[in-house]
Amino acid sequence: MKRLFKLLMEDYKLHMLAVLLGVIGSAVATVIGMTFIETLIDDYITPLTQVSNPDFTPLVGALVKIALIYLVGLVCSFAYNRIMVTVSQGTMKKLRIKLFNHMESLPIQYFDTHSHGDIMSVYTNDVDTLRQFLSQSLPQLLSSLVTIVSVFISMIILDIPLTIMSLAMVFLMLLFSSKIIKAARKYFGQQQRDIGAVNGYIEEMVSGQKVIKVFNHEEENLDNFRMLNDQLRDSAYQANKYTNILMPISMQVGNTSYILCAIIGGILVINGYLGLTLGALVAFLTLNKSFNEPISRVSSQVNSIVIASAGVDRIFELMDATPEIDDGYVTLVNIEKDSSGNIIETDKKTQMWAWKHYHKAEDATTYQEVKGEIEIADMNFGYNDDKMVLQNITVHAKPGQKIAFVGSTGAGKTTITNLINRFYDIQEGKIRYDGININKIKKADLRRSLGLVLQDTHLFTGSIMDNIRFGRLDATDEACIKAAKLANADSFISRLPKGYETELTGDGANLSQGQRQLLAIARAAVADPPALILDEATSSIDTRTEILVQRGMDELMKDRTSFVIAHRLSTVKNSDLIVVLEHGRIVEQGNHAELMEIKGRYYQLSANIA
Amino acid sequence: MIKTLISQLKEYKLPSYLTIIFAVFEVATDVAIPFIMALIIDRGINNGDLSQIYLYGGIMLVTVMIGLVSGALAAKFAAEASTGYAHNLREAMFENVQTFSFSNIDNFSTSGLVTRMTTDVTNMQNSYQMIIRLFIRFPLMLVSALVMSFIIAPKIGLVFLIVSIFLGLALALIIKLAMPIYVEVFAGYDDLNASVQENITGIRVVKGFAREPYEKGKFGKTVENLFRKFVKAESLLAFNNPIMMFAIYGSMLGLSWLGANMVVGGSLTTGQLTSLFTYLMNILMSLMILTMVFITIIMSTASARRIAEVIDEKADIVNPNQPLMKVADGSIRFEHVNFSYKKGSEKYVLSDINLTIQSGQTIGIIGATGSSKSSLINLVSRLYDVNEGSVKVGGKDVRDYDLETLRNEVAVVLQNNELFSGTIIENLRWGNKEASYEACVEAAKMACAHDFIESFPDSYNTYIEQGGSNVSGGQKQRLCIARALLKEPKILILDDSTSAVDTATDMKIRKSLSDSISATTKLIITQRIASIAYADSIIVLDDGRVNGYGTHEELLDSNEIYTTIYKNQEKGFADFDEKGA
Repeated sequence: MKRLFKLLMEDYKLHMLAVLLGVIGSAVATVIGMTFIETLIDDYITPLTQVSNPDFTPLVGALVKIALIYLVGLVCSFAYNRIMVTVSQGTMKKLRIKLFNHMESLPIQYFDTHSHGDIMSVYTNDVDTLRQFLSQSLPQLLSSLVTIVSVFISMIILDIPLTIMSLAMVFLMLLFSSKIIKAARKYFGQQQRDIGAVNGYIEEMVSGQKVIKVFNHEEENLDNFRMLNDQLRDSAYQANKYTNILMPISMQVGNTSYILCAIIGGILVINGYLGLTLGALVAFLTLNKSFNEPISRVSSQVNSIVIASAGVDRIFELMDATPEIDDGYVTLVNIEKDSSGNIIETDKKTQMWAWKHYHKAEDATTYQEVKGEIEIADMNFGYNDDKMVLQNITVHAKPGQKIAFVGSTGAGKTTITNLINRFYDIQEGKIRYDGININKIKKADLRRSLGLVLQDTHLFTGSIMDNIRFGRLDATDEACIKAAKLANADSFISRLPKGYETELTGDGANLSQGQRQLLAIARAAVADPPALILDEATSSIDTRTEILVQRGMDELMKDRTSFVIAHRLSTVKNSDLIVVLEHGRIVEQGNHAELMEIKGRYYQLSANIA
Repeated sequence: MIKTLISQLKEYKLPSYLTIIFAVFEVATDVAIPFIMALIIDRGINNGDLSQIYLYGGIMLVTVMIGLVSGALAAKFAAEASTGYAHNLREAMFENVQTFSFSNIDNFSTSGLVTRMTTDVTNMQNSYQMIIRLFIRFPLMLVSALVMSFIIAPKIGLVFLIVSIFLGLALALIIKLAMPIYVEVFAGYDDLNASVQENITGIRVVKGFAREPYEKGKFGKTVENLFRKFVKAESLLAFNNPIMMFAIYGSMLGLSWLGANMVVGGSLTTGQLTSLFTYLMNILMSLMILTMVFITIIMSTASARRIAEVIDEKADIVNPNQPLMKVADGSIRFEHVNFSYKKGSEKYVLSDINLTIQSGQTIGIIGATGSSKSSLINLVSRLYDVNEGSVKVGGKDVRDYDLETLRNEVAVVLQNNELFSGTIIENLRWGNKEASYEACVEAAKMACAHDFIESFPDSYNTYIEQGGSNVSGGQKQRLCIARALLKEPKILILDDSTSAVDTATDMKIRKSLSDSISATTKLIITQRIASIAYADSIIVLDDGRVNGYGTHEELLDSNEIYTTIYKNQEKGFADFDEKGA
């Protein structure tokens, strides 16, 4: 909460000051308005009733004066309400952008270790409760607070004994409220757990509904659901009961306070004790009501504050997650060569790349042409330090070579590729790209130099053209279409009614698995990177599309250093180097002929297919 | 829609009525208090009569007690009614979903159904509670405060009426203006969430292409857009408060002037004037709360509609009147079957299918994606109904069977396998509740699942996470096959069920199936020719039609599609890795 206010204050110091002034202005106007009744009765009505020929002119004057005060209050109220919109929405905007930007900077590990639903819920639930808190609860709290203070002061001025009595009743009210809130919170926790259970069950069963049908499992399913649903009803009932009861109780305690004031005040007026006048009493009664009301409002809002602050904690938890560290300084640039073969950096898209080193010590810059030689040397890696998932990995990919990783699920194929583009950092050993330790290369540049085609194709909302252009943002339409042709995607795209302008939604849900893979290949092709990481699909796409995908991939891999997580014999067979992995270790490596020769693990695997 | 929703109240009608009744009592006390307060001031204080003060003070305290009790009861019953109502809605939906046929399920997306049963129900619960607690209470308060004002001073009552009409109109206007913008705001929310979702699931792609700055820019624009809409909507609502205050202040000034004149003129007492001030506040507050309630109701109508849709959806496959309770054998016949997912559509996904399959045969089905292989087998256990023609199992039309009987005899291992959270043995027993441990082991062995199950520390008691996320794809498929085997069906259908299993294990499963359940008719959909080459017959589907039907050798001789697929797979498109190991 503290950090939230810091965030608010950062940009909106003046705004918040204005809001505060506005709140004070409007609350004070309200209070003056209420005490005006005293003046009205004591100074005007009572004297006027005592003269035979009443003159209303002073009353008109007083009314005009009070009207002016009201006007100020009105302006203040509008001003702070309006400013608060800017402040709360502005803060929301800033917070969302900050959250998102921070999220983008987080390492892959964060996404692998946190459930996507949980991350999502920070954006949907937590930010939203915060929005409600800022735009509704906060101004109400502020104005309640100001009202309480100013009413309290007016009450003291009017009559001290009655004020003490009112205060006593407020304590009583708070006492009840805190008891009820405590009970409510217990059941709210229970309710939250039960909601989680019911939602989880619904989600699991609805997504498995077809299986349930096939197995005639409807009755059991319903019985289990009923049990969870009944539990939720019971805890929700308890939680709601206590929250609901809070309002009538604090209201009636407030009413009691009001009545006691009238009785005690009446006695005081009649006996003429302490100089209390009728007008003052009437005014005090109004004040008493205005004193109790905001207090009960604040107490009923305790819950929303608790919920919002839990949300804020989760928001900051995400914001505090450690971002990816990038202390690389070698960058990737486009180059040209002059007649004598010297490398010149250029902004043009020359299809020629160089690593640009800046040597701080000598204040000199050197260029080294990108060749695509990648060397993994004596590498060990584990997701946490105590359990290594890859050990002693040494692989040397010469420029333009195709390297196939084969092995069973969990052997560590994907993990190796995750290390090459530094989704994860290795613990021991070295990975060198054109002789440069990849730790020295800026992550964004390293990744730009490595095209990526994953097994689960992820597409983004937007047109097909946008999705291909994702590979290189300044690619022209022609370049994108050319890439699509290379990837064999052009023919299916052209058959779509809107062609390249077809809008994709929900991760490309309107395309088939095979078509999505073709798009992913086109996306990598348009980037035209010096090296590639490919994860072949295992899911069953039909043979015809598969041939297309295969050809697309082959086309893409031509003249590029490629790492392929291979599932197809044809891919494996024509690789320059086949790396056979088992339990995180390399058991064999060599080309097809060599490995068939030694009749080891690879030989066994191949025999399986024949 | 409203009828559907109201009919779900059931046993919670009583608490709902009680809520309203007690809320009325509460209002009555709320209205009575200022009235009695006026009496205290006028008869007691102004006359200097202490006994009157005690009398009316006492009456008021009793009134407060009544208010407290009825308020608390109203609160309790409201909680009971609304949470109970939510409970009934959830149950009604879940119950109806259980009767859904596959095409009903297809009508709603899975995530859509989940939202309807969770978020939408919560919305309904909140607004229903609001309605029974506030919707009766505050109009009543408004009317009674107005009536009381008329009784005390008709002239002032009239002023109040005019003010409340003015205020009501102003608030209605604001709502009317703000609502469409709010609809846009919600659309903006969806965009925002979609954007975040995409970046979370696709984070590897974003990072792999170093597109963080681009995505940040895109997200920034979405947020900016949402920000603008929100500011627009809330700026309008920012008028609410000042308008409200304007009404309060204006009428207070008016009341002061009129009241002063009337008190001086002798037609109003000081006490009555104070009560009038209180009534004025009551009136304005009621209006304000009513606006709030209205907004909530309008916002929840979308939820209400979505819930009603699920409850009203009629299952389109139901039991016949006099169902057959026994399936004679595992023979299958398709007679002139035309089928489309949309009823009444002439665009069939299966056209003129005629097939005869003998009991105990093994039949392979092959064809490109979209050639309707899954559609074909889904008709056998009547997961969908044909448009024309008929599907016969054991010599009888599938529509004549009791659904449970039919589906017990026709076991389908669906393409999208689902395991459920629970132990392995519990998951296996989905196939047969009463299956003994030995029977489960037997089935697991047949599906080549026993060995890997045994390799888990908890063996058959290993807990499967939701969606089977803690077992590999191949393991999951084998568990699903074992589960289906426990049914001891007359017909077993495998819809690409061994795609993630390595070829050697695939072979083993096939062998054990043909050895141990040789009497069972087996339909096997696959992409791998090797998996079905041995079958008694192979169906080649192309674009919803039977392109070829014969043995491996026959098809190689005569069928072009089959030959093409065969050649391609020979060339090395077969799976290489052994995922299931």
